[in-house]
Amino acid sequence: MLTIENLSVGYSGIRALRGVSLTVRQGEIFALIGPNGAGKSTLLNAVSGMVPAAEGSVRLEDETITGRPAHRIARSGLIQVPEGRRVIAPLNVRENLELGRQAAGQRGSDSSDLDKVHSLFPILAERRDQLAGSLSGGQQQMLAIGRALMGRPRILLLDEPSLGLAPVIIREVFNALVKLNAQGLTILLVEQNAKMALETAHRAAVIEQGRVVHSGDANALMNDPVVADHYFGRAAA
Amino acid sequence: MLMQQLLNGIVVGSVYGVFALGFTLIFGVNHIMNMAHGTIFMWGAFAGLFVVLTFDAPFLAAVLAGAIGGGLLAVVLDFFAFRPLRKRNAPEFSSIVSSIGASFILLSLAQQVTATRVLRFPFETFPVVILNFMGLRIQLLQLVIVGIVVVMVFGLLFYLYRTSYGRQIRSVAFSESTSKLLGINPMAVNFQVFFISGALAGIAGVLIGIVFNSVHFMMGEPLLLRAFVVIILGGLGSIPGALIAGLLIGIVQTLSVAYLSAGMADAIVFSLLFLVLLFRPTGLLGGATSVARVTRS
Ligand SMILES: Nc1ncnc2c1ncn2[C@@H]1O[C@H](COP(=O)(O)OP(=O)(O)OP(=O)(O)O)[C@@H](O)[C@H]1O
Ligand SMILES: [Mg+2]
Repeated sequence: MLTIENLSVGYSGIRALRGVSLTVRQGEIFALIGPNGAGKSTLLNAVSGMVPAAEGSVRLEDETITGRPAHRIARSGLIQVPEGRRVIAPLNVRENLELGRQAAGQRGSDSSDLDKVHSLFPILAERRDQLAGSLSGGQQQMLAIGRALMGRPRILLLDEPSLGLAPVIIREVFNALVKLNAQGLTILLVEQNAKMALETAHRAAVIEQGRVVHSGDANALMNDPVVADHYFGRAAA
Repeated sequence: MLMQQLLNGIVVGSVYGVFALGFTLIFGVNHIMNMAHGTIFMWGAFAGLFVVLTFDAPFLAAVLAGAIGGGLLAVVLDFFAFRPLRKRNAPEFSSIVSSIGASFILLSLAQQVTATRVLRFPFETFPVVILNFMGLRIQLLQLVIVGIVVVMVFGLLFYLYRTSYGRQIRSVAFSESTSKLLGINPMAVNFQVFFISGALAGIAGVLIGIVFNSVHFMMGEPLLLRAFVVIILGGLGSIPGALIAGLLIGIVQTLSVAYLSAGMADAIVFSLLFLVLLFRPTGLLGGATSVARVTRS
């Protein structure tokens, strides 16, 4: 589905990503875990066209999307839910969801998309006239995911959806992701909450200092003593 | 007499409001102080005058020409003066300098073309029809101008708040990078914002050109200065703020010309600015100065 080959990104001298290769298969949840500053967001942003790649390529099915402007990548069906949700605060919930339709482009969207999002996150229907900026963190995260779904993604990229949320809400968000995946949506999930991510994902990779240091089956990674030692202490905190 | 002057002030002020609206729109969405807005206003007036003189076009066609001329000029300005800066993430100050440069070029061009003359719309562009209403002498032109302003303001509000295009504009105003992730093309949004802003300036140019019966290359510059006052009084990026402050300045200016002296008008307008800033540092409507976006309040 998504093939990342030898991707490198530099921010004026600092090399944030050094030759990362990954493949996300059709229909799976792929988790990417790693410590602060490892380059997880950089990877998602390079794939989404938000930061230019210095080297390497990204393919979505058989189209090469490297170098395309970000809005066109979104319209090709690769949609990112960014770190910190980034809802459009001065617009209301309904308007935020409507904005999400832009990414659907030629793939089209209709009223059934809104119904689907509302049935996944009923709170968004309830709060449709509330300004997005006045929602709670969890509600904003649901709005950000719902907004991405309005664009009919072929693959959904999520950057730390659990960030700053209470455990119950994290559960709710992850349940929604599992539900979406069961309906056939491919998901690339970036998380610091390694335990949660590995429990949810089919396959995973660990990234440190801009390099993939472990990758494979999510269960296997969870039971890998090195990974466990490194990440579960932190995840529990 | 006072009521009469008040009426004149409202008419002129509503046009100032439209001019300031275009200025505040670009500021709200792109965070650019477009110092060439006055020259776009002036070229809009020329575009209107041109179709009247060349094709004997009627009044409304002149207004339309002002809108299209101003709109296109603003789009071209964006392409040459601002887009290259946006591309390399230049600080906001560079766009001020760049637009001052552009306004000089546009001013000199107009000065050359007109040989520094003051031009006038032909007398028959808008027939003088005077209506008497409760002792007031209202010109039909004044009614039509207020009507055009009202239509434009409601049209703009509808576009911004009730259409998908407007939603995208407000989204980009809040965050361009998030908007891109949603599949919104910021270039298309900028195109619309600059066209609308320029069209508002161009229409204002034609209307002011007809009201004061004079079109000349410097006509936009005093207005640009007053537009600063308008947006500071009304709050940067605020739509109703721009309109209310525009009206206020139009009234103050007309009254001071009528009762004091023409030379005092701007001094009074700017003193008013300082007074307001002293007591309401965030502008008349308050709270909008730091929020650089297109707001309803
Ligand atoms: N815009 C930027 N300019 C310069 N350096 C940056 C920029 N964004 C990220 N970096 C640097 O690149 C490296 C990777 O950052 P990135 O945000 O991708 O990490 P991350 O894995 O997402 O971290 P976190 O878990 O804290 O979100 C860090 O060293 C960071 O300081
Ligand atoms: Mg990150």
